[in-house]
Amino acid sequence: MKQKLWRFPGGLHLAGHKSESTSVPVTKARLPNRLVLPLQQHIGEPAKPLVAPGDRVLKGQMIAAASGYVSVPLHAPTSGTVIEIAEYPIPHPSGLSAPCIVIESDGTDKWCERRPLAHYQTLEPSALRNVLREAGIVGLGGAGFPTFIKLNPGPDRKVDTLILNGAECEPYITCDDMLMRERADEIVAGLAIMRHALQAAHCIIGIEDNKPDACAAIAQALRKVGMIDMRVMQVPTRYPAGGEKQLIQVLTGKEVPSNGLPIHIGIVCHNVATAAAVYRAIMHGEPLIARYVTITSAGTGAGVHAPRNLEVLFGTPMRELIEQCSGALTPGFQTIMGGPMMGFAVHDTAAPVIKTTHCVLVTQQATTAPALPCIRCGACVEACPASLLPQQLYWHARAKEFDKTQDYNLFDCIECGACAAVCPSNIPLVQYYRYAKGEIWTREREKQKADVARQRHEFRLARLAQEKADREARHAEKKAALALKQAQQEEKIH
Amino acid sequence: MLAAVIALTALAAVFGLVLGFAAIHFKVQGNPLADKIDALLPQTQCGQCSYAGCRPYAEAIAKGEADINQCPPGGETTILALAQLLGRDPKPLNAEHGMVKPKMLAVIDEQLCIGCTLCIQACPVDAILGAAKQMHTVIAGECTGCELCLPPCPVDCIRMVPVQADLGSWKWPQPVELASAGNFG
Repeated sequence: MKQKLWRFPGGLHLAGHKSESTSVPVTKARLPNRLVLPLQQHIGEPAKPLVAPGDRVLKGQMIAAASGYVSVPLHAPTSGTVIEIAEYPIPHPSGLSAPCIVIESDGTDKWCERRPLAHYQTLEPSALRNVLREAGIVGLGGAGFPTFIKLNPGPDRKVDTLILNGAECEPYITCDDMLMRERADEIVAGLAIMRHALQAAHCIIGIEDNKPDACAAIAQALRKVGMIDMRVMQVPTRYPAGGEKQLIQVLTGKEVPSNGLPIHIGIVCHNVATAAAVYRAIMHGEPLIARYVTITSAGTGAGVHAPRNLEVLFGTPMRELIEQCSGALTPGFQTIMGGPMMGFAVHDTAAPVIKTTHCVLVTQQATTAPALPCIRCGACVEACPASLLPQQLYWHARAKEFDKTQDYNLFDCIECGACAAVCPSNIPLVQYYRYAKGEIWTREREKQKADVARQRHEFRLARLAQEKADREARHAEKKAALALKQAQQEEKIH
Repeated sequence: MLAAVIALTALAAVFGLVLGFAAIHFKVQGNPLADKIDALLPQTQCGQCSYAGCRPYAEAIAKGEADINQCPPGGETTILALAQLLGRDPKPLNAEHGMVKPKMLAVIDEQLCIGCTLCIQACPVDAILGAAKQMHTVIAGECTGCELCLPPCPVDCIRMVPVQADLGSWKWPQPVELASAGNFG
């Protein structure tokens, strides 16, 4: 069945390099001795620890609770003992450390009590969302936004289409591909649960056409359960087709408005791995404690010799995964979390795999070619999938004219890196956009802080003035009373 | 000739009345320019500009008594913003008023504090908590790093520490361009 497809502006054809890591089936990664679990593995507030050093924990037991609305809990990926709660390196572009719970595994991998909900159809969507929140599920496509929030369309919004994103457009990454091949049934079941939570009218699973095996597996799983109203659609392989807004545009022809969300046009988009996690949480009572991760290398001259996908428990150090895939970290190589386009270099390979780690990529240390002047060729404009003007954004970010970058819709940039990839002058364009965004956010924060300081200062001045006025009034009162007394005494004498 | 003189006089009288009425009834309270300037200042209330706080400095700029480059905590960002607001040329920070420093936070050594309340009286934003003969402490979230609490302390138990970068405040650095990439503007 040929469905009508649309296209998004710009985009690139990139060499996929997908076959390297899809030749062997996915196996479980070795159970590490120590698991380091950052309290923040998602967008929002970090989780609050529920355990103390010395506590025994079971696999799947909640070890940190959500704090605030945009937050999810954290669970022990295996059974063992909590050794400490301390700062450890985390996978983050800053290379900073952050509070982590460290668990020493006891090797038995003993589960805590699980409570499957076989009859999820009888549950209210809100109850379903709560279960998913308690299971710590976040978007596994890379951003890590709590899933239960995205499954809440709000009281007066109707969801027309629920899209599952299986495009996986970035080179080298194949974890979603392997998941679709091996666990298509779980993805389809998860999609049905998500659909129930959203009460969506239509469901589409979008897969890039360089993954025919995955597409066939999903189609077969759909046939098996008789879901005739859910469609699989192959989208042309063009980077970044897996961007949320781009995939929506390709599949439905609708454009997500600037500064808007897909829900504003009646669409919700989730990753296929998130759907599988939702299935595990509801039908098996298993919280999110592991995921598929691609371990591979780019470029010539070694890195990872046996690239593959592993099912990895969160908290496993990246270094151990690289070693398991016969890789070695020799000088001159760096480890990237994510793909070559949107990933970032990890400063310390002791940093653990977290919920948003879909790929561990070993590459040769980039010898950054010096940036040449912009020649205004306009190649970046043609490549931009968000219809922005990358060179204008570059000029203004470089000149620190951040107001003007916003006039050119800086915040619609998805940082896909297509502009930088085509730039003949090797200008690190995306770095400029990230820098500009960071500066704008910092200034906003500082402005808020200054407003609070002004308020406190004005309040203090008002208070001091009031105290002074009160003191003077008391003084005047006393003086008047004294004068009266004197007058009375004088009268008596006379 | 006479008609023209009468007509112009009448017009002048009418407009004069209208303007006079507007001047009284639509008078803007306060100083809107000073408000706008004040909104751009960092509100540390440190007094390094030689005025008694951000608001007085803003009023002095509005009156033309002070220059726009007297605010070290605001640094280049504030000078550029003020220059844009007032339509003036940006100029480097006046070194007489101090140098740009990283963001600081006051910390009281609670072992040494004798509870004299002098720092509480000096703090322009009520960010120090304590009472007479009780230990004092700084509310870190409210401290603007103005250093006004340092001189009054009789036992020198307050020190300024740089604000640590954490994940929340971390931002991508400005890209370094290796080549001397001039622009073919």
